Parts: sequence; structure tokens; C-alpha cells
Amino acid sequence: MSALIETAGLTRILPGIVPVTLVQDVTFSIGEGEFVAITGPSGSGKSSLLYLLGLLDRPSAGVLRISGRDTAALGERERAQIRLATLGFVFQFHFLLPEFTVRENVEIPMRRLGRLDKAAMRARSTQLLEALGLAGHLDKRPDQLSGGQRQRVAVARSLANDPPIVLADEPTGSLDSKNSEQVFAILDALVRERGKTVIAVTHDADMAARASRRIHLVDGRLAAS
Amino acid sequence: MPLILTLALTHIIGRGRQTLVAVLGVALGVGFSIAMASLMQGGEDDFIAKLVDTMPHVDVTDERRAARRQPAQDEFAALHIAGLRPREDRRGILNPTEVTAMLRAWVPGKMALSLKTQGVVRYAGRDVGIGIIGVEPLAEMQISSLTKDFRQGSFAALIAGGNNIVVGSRLAQRLGAELGTTVTVVSATGQSRAFKIVGLFHTGTTARDEGEGYVLLKNAQILSERPNAINEIRLKLDDPNAAPQVARRAEAQIGYKAVAWQEANESLLEALVIRNVIMYTVVGAILLVAGFGIFNIISTITHEKARDIAILKSLGFTEADMRRLFLLEGLALGACGSLIGWAVGFGLCFALSLVRFELSGAAVAQEITRLPLAWSIWHYLIAAGFALTSAAIAGYLPARQAARLNPVDIIRGAT
Repeated sequence: MSALIETAGLTRILPGIVPVTLVQDVTFSIGEGEFVAITGPSGSGKSSLLYLLGLLDRPSAGVLRISGRDTAALGERERAQIRLATLGFVFQFHFLLPEFTVRENVEIPMRRLGRLDKAAMRARSTQLLEALGLAGHLDKRPDQLSGGQRQRVAVARSLANDPPIVLADEPTGSLDSKNSEQVFAILDALVRERGKTVIAVTHDADMAARASRRIHLVDGRLAAS
Repeated sequence: MPLILTLALTHIIGRGRQTLVAVLGVALGVGFSIAMASLMQGGEDDFIAKLVDTMPHVDVTDERRAARRQPAQDEFAALHIAGLRPREDRRGILNPTEVTAMLRAWVPGKMALSLKTQGVVRYAGRDVGIGIIGVEPLAEMQISSLTKDFRQGSFAALIAGGNNIVVGSRLAQRLGAELGTTVTVVSATGQSRAFKIVGLFHTGTTARDEGEGYVLLKNAQILSERPNAINEIRLKLDDPNAAPQVARRAEAQIGYKAVAWQEANESLLEALVIRNVIMYTVVGAILLVAGFGIFNIISTITHEKARDIAILKSLGFTEADMRRLFLLEGLALGACGSLIGWAVGFGLCFALSLVRFELSGAAVAQEITRLPLAWSIWHYLIAAGFALTSAAIAGYLPARQAARLNPVDIIRGAT
């Protein structure tokens, strides 16, 4: 099975008078259907690594291949296209657009991609949200939902364009244990039932333990994989 | 509706009050500039119309632009003549019959011949110096603006012949004369004749109302002892704008100085150009200020929506999308402001058109004037075009900033 994400010597240094090394010489490869937990102490570069994998940031050195494509040569427009169609993001905070309803938030990436017609988008957003237990909240605004519900909407949005990879940055970080459990279960189901690859940054030892694989960072370096 | 437009409208509707202020700023700018342009243009049109109306379009006088060439000069190149003084100084347009026949053959419009001379009107012990103008009443009635300004009588009263005169109302007032009074006219050559006042006009220009008297051409020629002479041909053209060409051709043909109204009023027309420059500067400044309003709100939105920008970028929106989004917001504000501004401008023009001025002359009845307003679609298009351009610039600068925003910085900041 070919690797979905492949890195070689991935390094990110923040330039400045005193350069700060966020990620140093990280090499690994992740295949389809893996649930990877990126762990490590605070400031170890977990999130920075995730942003690099998510094409939100550019590495200072090293190689990053997504679905076999070297991302270094890609322009801004092509990187955006990969984020749109191949990657789904879930952040610690839900990061929904407050002026739009739950359904509209989920449909925004679909409308940007423009592959589906209006009726199909509506059907897909309904199905995604209902599967995540939000059937009665489709036309509410994010601020009318609880924290756990918002995070589930964020998961639904990350799946809008059916990307093979879901990147999650402390998805349960701001949730209580019950909601954390629920969100984790959803991510786990994505891997088991839908064959997605989920890469989650977490400091939740329980979650890390249940992942199929752990990438442990210390001071930006790969400590264990 | 396209996604970017939906996002843009959501942003600006979400900031109701500020949006309203920015839109009103643009609307007032557009509205006032339309009203001002309309007023200035109307004033200019009115001024030129009055000018064109009162003056002959081309004025041919008995002067020459250069000294007349002697036939011998054309024959012998070496010949030089200076300070030539003819024995008999025959002033006036020589051979008027031939000259008028030549002009009548091609000039598109009407013409009137006249002889202007100086004289004194004497009545009841008062003497007032005036310009005596000998005219052909029928031709004069066709080209003179005076026809509209008669208080009593008309040029038609001169047609019958006899010693009749038409004078200005102020002159009559100074003399204490009225319609039907017989006054004595003494010319510069010493000729003295009695004339009966058969018409009174009032133009509003003191110099004319107090210093002009119209008599039959024949009478003027007798008074000045210049039989068959005329010294002015006035042309009223079908198209006033053709005056310079007609003047040039007439001058080349007959040799006398022919002045178009544009040439006669060059300095006035130059002043109008300067006035226009000032007007457009002021209008531009108003719209520029409105543009700053737009800049302000778009800047605020980009700062407040930094998080949204990061989210949208992480979802797969490009920098170009972000630029388009905020540019569109600026344009939407500009377009909305322009539309309301059109209504404001239209309303202002309507209100101004209702304003009436009652100007009271010294001794005459009250004159009622309305503000001259010119309606032109161009005022509306130019104002809206300028507003949209400044809105686009005002939206573009923050839009570029928004597009450059690095999502990682914001996501980190929020965590």
C-alpha cells in the first residue's frame, strides 16, 4: 500500500535574530486507514508539524509528499486546492463562521469545490450532520450550540468534500470527558468504517493509547514512531 | 448567488451600523456632487445661452485687422508704404450691397445691417448722450434679443417710417419722457431732428437701457450725414457653435474684421473652464472623503474577520479568493452608496429647482428667476464611476493585506 503522506527531513525554523526551531528533521510515512496520534509535551512542535502536513505552513527544509506529490513545487493556488479536496481540518476551537447556520458552514467547502449541485450539497450536508447526531440543529447558528455539538459540526465540515485525510489539532482539547469520548469515537469510526486517515495532535494519553499509531515529538524531533 | 458574494454580503450586513455610515458617506458624496455638477453646468449653460442670445454670433464691423494693402504693393515687391492717409476718410463698410449679397449667398442664418453713431437726446432741458443705432426693423426683429425685452411698443412701430425712435426704459426715465413723447436727437455732425418715442425696452443691462436708441437705418444715415453707409453687420447663425468658422470665412471673403462670439468672450469662456476645474476638484474631494469611509470599514472588517480569513484559507480558499472577497465588499458598499446617491442627487436637484429668487430691480417690476439646473446622465455616471473607483481602491488595500494573512499565526493566537 502506497504512503498517503510521506516526509523526509522535514524542518521548520522560524527566522529571526534568534531562530526558533519548531520541527527538526522529521521523517515518517503514513498510509491509508491509519489513526495517528501526534503526542509530546507542550512546545514540542506537535501543532507546527500538523500545520506543515496541512499545507498551512511551508517547511524550511525537507520533503513533504501528499498522495505521492511533492508539495514544495506547488503554488499557493494548488496548495489551496489540496486543502480543499484532500485534507479536512478540525481545530481545538470549532472555528465555525458565526454568521452562517450549521448547514451553511458545512456546505461552504462544497460550494468552493463546486463538484455538487445545490440539491446534492443539501443532501450531503444533511446526511453528514445527521450521522453526527445533529439532526435537529441544521438551521441553528453556531452560538446556539454546545461546545461538543460545535466540534461535531466542525468534524462534519472537515468531511464536506470527502477528503481521504483528516487533520485534527487537539480536537478534544476544549471539551469535557463525555464530549471528548464522543468526538474520539467519531474520528475512530472514520478510520474503521470509512477507511480515512486521521492524524490528531493530542495530549490526551487515553486517546493516544487508542490510536493505531503514535508519533511522539520532543523538542521538535521525532522521539518515537 | 456565488459563494464569495454570499460571504461578502454576510460580512457587510453583519456590521449594520458601520455599513450604513459608509454607504451614507458615499451616497451623500455622490448626491451632492451630482447636485453641484448639475447646478454648475446649468449655470454655465444658462450663462452661455444668455450670452449667445444677447450677442450677435458673428459681428462684422468696419474695422480691418491690418492696414489695407495698396494695389501698388501687390505689383511691386520693393514698394513700402507707411503712414498712408487717404484724402477722404470714408469710414464704414464700403459697398454694403455687394458685401451683404456675398454673405447672404452662403451664411447659414440671418443677418441685420446697422449704422452706429453717437448723439445726444434732449428733452425738457435734460441732455443724455446715447449711441444711435440705425436698423432695418424687419431684419432686426429676427436677430435681436431686444424683441423679447419690450415693455411698450416694438420694432414694428419703426417700419411705418417717419421720425420714430425706440429707447431704453431707464433713458426715458432720466429724461422724464414716456411712450409718445417727442424728443430731440442731436448727432455728432450737428444734425438735429425731432423723434417720437414709439417703443420702450428693458434688458436689465444698465448700459443698454440707458444708452441706446434705435431708429430707422435711413434716419441714422441722415443724422450722421453718411448716405448708404453701414458700419456693422450682425449674423445670427442657425448653429451658434459654427460661429468661428463662419467668421473666418467671412473675413477672408470681404476683408473686414468678423468676430465670433467665442472670440469676443474669450476671457469669459476661459473663466468657465477654470470654474469647471474647480468644480470637479471639489466634487472629487467629496468622493475621496467618501472613499476613506469605505477604506475604514473594510479595514475594520479585515481586522475583525482575521479569524474567518484563517478558517477560509484552511478550508481551501486561495489568496485570490480573499482579495476578491474584500474587494467585492468595497464595491458592494460603493454600488449601494451610488444607487442611494443617485436618489439623493435627484432629490436635491428637484428641491433646488423649486427655489425661486425674487430679484427686484430699482424701478422695475420684480423679476423672478429659478436656479438654472442642467440634467445630464453623465453627471450620474461620472459620480458613480468615481465612487466605485475609490471604493475599489479603498477595498483593495485592506483586501491585499487580508490575502497575505498567514492562517497559522491566527490559529496559534487563538489556541
